[in-house]
Amino acid sequence: MTADRPDDDTGTVTGAGARPVLDVTGLEVHYGRRRRRRRALHGVSLTVAPGETVGLIGETGSGKSTLARTVLGLVRPSAGSVVVDGEDVTAHGARQWRDLRRRGVVQYVFQDPLRSLDPDLTVEASLTEPLLVRGATRPEAAARVRAFLPRVRLPEDLLGRLPGELSGGQRQRIAVARALVTEPRLVLLDEPVSALDSANRVQVLEILKELRESGVALVFISHDLGSVAGIADRIAVLYRGELVEVGAARDVVGRPEHPYTRLLVGSAPTLRGTSADRGERAALRALLPA
Amino acid sequence: MTTVSEKLLTRAEETGTPGRAGPPGSAVPLLSLRGVRIADGSDGREIVHGVSFDLTPGKVVGIVGESGSGKTLTCRAALGILPPHFEVTGGSVEIEGTDISTLSPARWTALRGATISAVFQDPASYLNPSLRIGRQIAEVVRVKKGLGRREARQRVLALLRAVHLQEAELVHDQYPFELSGGMLQRVLVAAAIAADPRILIADEATTALDVTVQAEILDLLADLRDRAGLALVVVSHDLAVVAQLCDEVLVMRQGEVVEQGPTRRVLDHPRHDYTRMLIRGHESYGLEKFLGQPKEES
Repeated sequence: MTADRPDDDTGTVTGAGARPVLDVTGLEVHYGRRRRRRRALHGVSLTVAPGETVGLIGETGSGKSTLARTVLGLVRPSAGSVVVDGEDVTAHGARQWRDLRRRGVVQYVFQDPLRSLDPDLTVEASLTEPLLVRGATRPEAAARVRAFLPRVRLPEDLLGRLPGELSGGQRQRIAVARALVTEPRLVLLDEPVSALDSANRVQVLEILKELRESGVALVFISHDLGSVAGIADRIAVLYRGELVEVGAARDVVGRPEHPYTRLLVGSAPTLRGTSADRGERAALRALLPA
Repeated sequence: MTTVSEKLLTRAEETGTPGRAGPPGSAVPLLSLRGVRIADGSDGREIVHGVSFDLTPGKVVGIVGESGSGKTLTCRAALGILPPHFEVTGGSVEIEGTDISTLSPARWTALRGATISAVFQDPASYLNPSLRIGRQIAEVVRVKKGLGRREARQRVLALLRAVHLQEAELVHDQYPFELSGGMLQRVLVAAAIAADPRILIADEATTALDVTVQAEILDLLADLRDRAGLALVVVSHDLAVVAQLCDEVLVMRQGEVVEQGPTRRVLDHPRHDYTRMLIRGHESYGLEKFLGQPKEES
């Protein structure tokens, strides 16, 4: 199958191992026109290295969904650039995006697996489709899917079922399998465990942790620092359209610098209480613009 | 006797003296559940298989469990508002020593709000979208406290300030759609404490909110407990939320209380595999991974 990979032909840049799989520079996004024009993102720069796991954390109105949509080509930035695996996609049209998706370089997992899965397709059809699109033969695709299932801890007898016949946790594992079966370089996961109960949440995170061994880079987009901090190598905190802090997860959680990050970390409930007390939180809120 | 919201209000206006209130260790608990079983009457299936706890003034009991664990049904049984077909088939619920199965509808109406009150997830669905905020809370204090229009307005404004809503006058005249989720949940807390209850049930009251806003609401509940001796039942799918506030925790799964005990004991020495799994989720993937090892004392 490797011979069919079109991206191999373009990957002639030397030192490709060090090249980021995602390189966002000086991103500006505005919504609306004229007097209603509102800034959604301002000066956002972020790189994701191959195999790296980044947690992109932002609360309501932070612009995290806009950032995800811009990286996916669904929103056109007013300035800045988005480079995916060495390819500048900022000005890509619909056809170029379709080609990019077809090559399976970047994949997505949404909060609600029903959004990633066609309700009328069996699990097997959903999982083989991205492989067939990339040029695999049916037997190859079927074999690959069967080989992949244990990695998301699903039994083969689910292959004939429809998404509606599965539990929420099983569906999300199918969505993860669909995103990763093509061995993409980068996967964006938008609140991938927010809708799951604790047992399924832990299981999906464990599966994703194991799948990282293949060298895929993961970007977790979430409102909840507490639910993804432990799986991330780095954490990027988005606040009012700007990245206010980016750093190693250990540092961002252990020694947050920006007042908003300090408030975010200090507000997150943990089994040992919150790291800031009521008074400290009140003081931090006062530091932030109203 | 000074009431919950009076204590809060005086504090809010900075004329009163703070301090933990409530009669210390009174003999009769405010709320007492004894082996409560709940069944779906339409097919006779038992959904909740026996829940017991006692709630005294200023105490906080937490119930943690997934959706479907029976935690919300348990709360609704205590409030006397089980959904159609569902019924308590075993055990008893007592509020201030009175078995609720003996209460007439009129007594229930008198108790709700004035003795036991509740806040749920999704605050917007508990407010009338076409009525201004002030009027909706005023209705509670006019009916429950028999206040006149002008007094009611003053009291509502004081309540809005007590739940730390800035610009109480503005919020008073706004409609629900004009407020954020966090502000709406504060409004709901204000309405829930308007008639001076002694027990407040918070069922996933912060689940839909951003973490920074969730912390504000949890801080507010802690204020209510500390200043007015309000007794709380905090229900959440998140063990960490329950751990913030609660003295005692019940871990529920599929209608069963699989573990129950003092919060510290349950967190430090969990006995059930399910509790251990919940803790492992936090230790492996949560902030706990970076915030050091569990301490003996916190």
